[in-house]
Amino acid sequence: MSRALAAILIAMLLGPIAWMLAASVLPENQIFSGAPIQGLLHASFDHYRALFDERGFLLPIRNSLIVAGLTTIIALPCATLCAYALARLPMRGKGLFLALLLAVSMFPQISVVAPLFLVLRATGLIDTYPGLVLPYVTFTMPLAVWLLTGFFRQLPRDLEDAALIDGASRLRVIRDVVLPVAAPGLASTAILMFLYCWNEFLFALSFTFGPEHQTVPVAIALFRGRYQIAWGEVLAGAAVATLPVVIVVLAFQRRIVAGLTSGAMKG
Amino acid sequence: MIAHDRRTADSRLARLFVAPVILIVGATAPVPIASTVWAALHQRDLRLPWLGQPFVGLANFVEAAGDRRFLDAVLHTVMFAAMTVPIELALGLAVALVMHRVQRGRAIVRAAALLPWAIPTVVAALVWRLVFDNTTTMFGFDWFSNSRAAWIPIAAADVWKTTPFVAVLLLAGLQTIDQEIYESARLDGASATRQLFTITVPLLAPAIVVAAAFRTLDALRLFDLPYVMTGGGPGTATEPLSLYAFVALMERLRFGYGSALSISVFALTFLVALAFVRSLGHASRVEAS
Repeated sequence: MSRALAAILIAMLLGPIAWMLAASVLPENQIFSGAPIQGLLHASFDHYRALFDERGFLLPIRNSLIVAGLTTIIALPCATLCAYALARLPMRGKGLFLALLLAVSMFPQISVVAPLFLVLRATGLIDTYPGLVLPYVTFTMPLAVWLLTGFFRQLPRDLEDAALIDGASRLRVIRDVVLPVAAPGLASTAILMFLYCWNEFLFALSFTFGPEHQTVPVAIALFRGRYQIAWGEVLAGAAVATLPVVIVVLAFQRRIVAGLTSGAMKG
Repeated sequence: MIAHDRRTADSRLARLFVAPVILIVGATAPVPIASTVWAALHQRDLRLPWLGQPFVGLANFVEAAGDRRFLDAVLHTVMFAAMTVPIELALGLAVALVMHRVQRGRAIVRAAALLPWAIPTVVAALVWRLVFDNTTTMFGFDWFSNSRAAWIPIAAADVWKTTPFVAVLLLAGLQTIDQEIYESARLDGASATRQLFTITVPLLAPAIVVAAAFRTLDALRLFDLPYVMTGGGPGTATEPLSLYAFVALMERLRFGYGSALSISVFALTFLVALAFVRSLGHASRVEAS
């Protein structure tokens, strides 16, 4: 019984993605035929070829990787130090600080698009990588601090205390004792930050003007043929955008679930 | 004495560690919100820069109150949240129960559940556009040209993408429930349905409220799905608040009026968030008693 339900569940969850993958290798006139079975006999990777050769899809992929990578590299160390302070060091107003961070992560992004646009335009950062990285750092930071604070609190204190009593400085303890043990938590936080940047749409749409700095979701969403949507290439692009996510999820699913639930359940 | 020194040094270090986050987050969240409020009180059109930025008081908000398209967008946003969130919670609970019962292959189910949640929303939008456009071919009904029916594909995409997230949250809650409670309920002859509503749901209440809060606040800023699936159409029939604000800001370049619209998204979210904070306090008190 529960096995049958699980099978149905998996079909519902993965069916649409499988459909997308199947449709991306169909000839254009078969994509909306309703019965793709015959079309699959003529399956080809033409759309993928067109995607990379004619549309230059490598560029948005590169842009996404750069923006997501830079954001993670900048935000993770800041979030790590902040989270360590919240978990271990004496400080007033910790609860309030965490609550405010959570509130920021719930902000509707549209409500800061206008001022960020004007500031980025005034500083010449509009339509550049830093112009995207800056807002991304902000909007991934609350999640990262929450996850890491929960993670640091779970770590046993004994080792740290022993090292401190032996006369090691706090910074040394963080570097040599805490960080090695915290590596899995840092990894899962970095993964979630990277996914956020890879998927983000509204900021990327508002703060880029052309293909030079457009990220993958924007590039796909703005695909238009001259007279109609080139669905084959759009779906091929969507499939390519999904691929890294699939790899990350399969490789790190346990960590992702741990991160998601610890962040939400401590609230 | 040494302990005291350590404490002073530690709290100095704590301030040092927290400062970058306060600076970065402060500079790109509260400050822009304040300047959006400020901009909403001015008239500013980037296409007509020679008009300057005269202070107009609440004129933008007065204009919004009489703007049919804005009122429709508010209605769309609230209706969307009110329709999809309960479905997502109910389905999410069902999925969590299934995941909880599956012994072998739980990792497969979990990975399958994470995928819709993890893929870009833009991709989910395209996937469901593809699915519903195919039903048009099969049944001859065009969802996207009907102003009411066009919401169905958007809602379907949202439910599909976010139910797994709800399920993962609730599953974590389920795993903390002591199995012995169910044992004694079974001995007392309580049916499965009765167990669900008298044991599972009450004990999960805090987790359900947290999931409901996350989902509702997310639904109120709905943007990506209608932008990609319908463009807000037909006409403006599927245009939520964020999308209308985006059109006013980035397409018409009316930064004053657009700011007033986007502040209304913020205000709506803020009010709902307050309501959830209060009910969460309530839920945890009920659980404690």
